[in-house]
Amino acid sequence: MIISPVFFYLFAGLAIAFSLLVVIKRSAIASAFNLVLVFFAFAGIYAMMDAHLIAAIQIIVYAGAVMVLFLFVIMLLNADNAAFDMHPAGIGKKLVGIGFVLIMTSFFVWIFKNNSYLGSISNFSSANVDAAGGNTQVLSELMFSEYILPFELTSVLLLASIIGTVAIARRKKLVEVKNGAALKKESAE
Amino acid sequence: MNYVQPWVILAFSSIIFFIGFAGILLRRNILVILMCIELMLNAVNLTFVTFSKQLHHMGGQMSVFFIITVAAAESAIGLGLVVAMFRTLRSVDTDDIQLLRE
Repeated sequence: MIISPVFFYLFAGLAIAFSLLVVIKRSAIASAFNLVLVFFAFAGIYAMMDAHLIAAIQIIVYAGAVMVLFLFVIMLLNADNAAFDMHPAGIGKKLVGIGFVLIMTSFFVWIFKNNSYLGSISNFSSANVDAAGGNTQVLSELMFSEYILPFELTSVLLLASIIGTVAIARRKKLVEVKNGAALKKESAE
Repeated sequence: MNYVQPWVILAFSSIIFFIGFAGILLRRNILVILMCIELMLNAVNLTFVTFSKQLHHMGGQMSVFFIITVAAAESAIGLGLVVAMFRTLRSVDTDDIQLLRE
């Protein structure tokens, strides 16, 4: 694949280092900030691979919206140092988990190295895409023609998630408000 | 010398995927577990973009677009559930979820 190896290995090394820090770091806020850096490294790799729209969405949606949501909840719950968990009782299970992960990683790397199956090559080469107006225009035209059904279904999914979030967040709140009102009445009496 | 083998990128994304998987196995803070799920979704997105570039097909990048939408919805719902869990249990530790153990 014709991309610059220097920048690819730079971004890949940064992404691996920061994602290890996400898992290792004791504080949840430190994990969240390391995750932001992983997202930026991924956006750099996407931009190198001519996926400009995906790179922009990666930064706006992931590094912008999702991580702000995460940090908001961590700070709201004051759960920064909660539940860090390397106590010696479970160390055997954790070693089994790490061993399993290492075996699966080497298995996947072996598969990708030794099976270079190439499917039928379609006609969206980077030269063709650039001639048709660039990555964003081609992707947008596809989104509103060939992929219109999944696009519309996405709106249903987002509606369902909005309703779900409101339903999860609301019921308890009503009870608490009622209790609060009862408490107020009692203290007034 | 401006060529990276596709399997190197795929191997890199599988490494990131299993780092996220290890995080899910090892950590007990449910917020960090959600972050590791995001890490795994990102690794899969990189695989899609790699195959999209390799096969000159836009379907991969379209799939990434929809995966990002689903991931944003998933994290909103997941964090709502974390807040509800914290209200009931006063904790974000997954070992404290044992209300059905009685």
